Amino acid sequence: MKLIIAMIQPEKLPDVKKALFDAEVHKMTVTNVVGAGQQKGFTETYRGVVSEVNLLKKVRLDIAVNDEFVKPTVEAIMKGARTGKIGDGKILVLPLEECYRIRTGETDGEAIG
Amino acid sequence: MVDIIRGLDTLWVLISAFLVFFMQAGFGMVEAGFIRAKNACNILTKNFLDFCMASVGFFMFGYAIMFGLGNGFMGATGWFLSGAVSGADIPLSAFWLFQAAFCGAAATIVAGGMAERMKFPAYLTYSFIISAFVYPIVGHWIWGGGWLSSLGFADFAGSTVVHALGGFAALIGTMMLGPRIGKFGPDGKPNAIAGHNIPLASLGVFILWFGWFGFNPGSTLSVGDGSLIARIAINTNLAAAAGGILAMLTVWKLFGKPDLSMAMNGALAGLVAITAPCAFVDPWAALVIGGIGGIIVVLGVILLDKLQIDDPVGAFPVHGLNGVWGTLAIGLFGQKALGLSFNGLFLGGGFSQLWIQLIGVVAAVLFVVTAMYIVFKLIDMTIGLRVTREEELRGLDIGEHGLEAYSGFQIFTTQ
Repeated sequence: MKLIIAMIQPEKLPDVKKALFDAEVHKMTVTNVVGAGQQKGFTETYRGVVSEVNLLKKVRLDIAVNDEFVKPTVEAIMKGARTGKIGDGKILVLPLEECYRIRTGETDGEAIG
Repeated sequence: MVDIIRGLDTLWVLISAFLVFFMQAGFGMVEAGFIRAKNACNILTKNFLDFCMASVGFFMFGYAIMFGLGNGFMGATGWFLSGAVSGADIPLSAFWLFQAAFCGAAATIVAGGMAERMKFPAYLTYSFIISAFVYPIVGHWIWGGGWLSSLGFADFAGSTVVHALGGFAALIGTMMLGPRIGKFGPDGKPNAIAGHNIPLASLGVFILWFGWFGFNPGSTLSVGDGSLIARIAINTNLAAAAGGILAMLTVWKLFGKPDLSMAMNGALAGLVAITAPCAFVDPWAALVIGGIGGIIVVLGVILLDKLQIDDPVGAFPVHGLNGVWGTLAIGLFGQKALGLSFNGLFLGGGFSQLWIQLIGVVAAVLFVVTAMYIVFKLIDMTIGLRVTREEELRGLDIGEHGLEAYSGFQIFTTQ
């Protein structure tokens, strides 16, 4: 079992979701985050005061999958999120030790899928 | 006694001018509420500055073109108000302020239709041109003694002059800009890009409805014995109410839920529709006119989505379509006894008035569409109409103005 974490551009979320659904990956958690990567920030001015904003809005996906689903999931995210420009995002894959489904008490492989 | 009457009339027109000015706030709130948070500062800056531009433009050139002496097409005396005369039996300053507030309303309608993607400098330029030249020319035809008024064309408070003009300018503008990124999928299906603050939008609708009590009843330009003002006020209110109810019922029937945003558009549609006929019809007719306006606005929104035209706040269905409908409604429900050349079709007057109304509104729409196409084309070639893709995605608040509407809040942006 692996935990896949991906940071993507907010506007690419619909594309990534569609690619994931096409790859039969339907379970995910999506959160709104801010962060800094290679992309530059932008300048704000408020009543004459100039300030730099370095943390940009991103969307984070958390997807827990069985091992055979790692490759299709990662490929789907890349397909949906890639534009070829700096700021497209990053995908992290972590080992996952245990998983429980609260409703049934199922564990691990059964609980995840 | 004459002084007192003149004083009362002036007071009435000034109060109405202040109410119409306040509609600017209504437009601002409606438009800001119906779009995404990342563009709220931008739309409010446009709303704010277009009234400033309209005031200056209408002072410098607009009033002379609209109410100056000239020919049937445009007036040409009284530039910068020098030597200008009042168009009613009240001081020039009061008359000018009332008319300038109308001019600002026409200009600001376009901000909503072209929201979330139009460059700010382009909007500033547009708003000066429409207020100083385009609006006054149509105004001259209808209210300034131009060719349409000699024809017997009636538009009491501006369904054509203000609303059809603003609505069709918004339509041509939004078509030239193209839809917002993400509004239509690759298969052409429309996506919902929900407004970020419905309470703000509903405050805006209430403010507009309130302001309309200056817009329509104030267009009498005199108090008289009060009966005309009162009839116009009740007609205005009934049309708005009927529009809200019918739009709600229509959207409820079609989509299963009474959508507030559509009911509010319906009330505005009713107000726009009754603007031209408000002085010439009975209250029962106001109900019918407003109610049909409410149905038109819902069908208009659906039609625009089918045609893949992206009008974020429904500026064209509310102001364009209902401006035309209200103008034609005079030819259906209007009464000779209330000041028209002929009775309307449904009151036994035949097609005479309807025909004049049709000629007038078609001429005004053709002129506006042509003039605004040229204006937007020239702006596109010089300043550019649309912001870059990157700026549109991040939001025009940061791209155009460098500040956020909701600093300190985290706004969920997944479009």
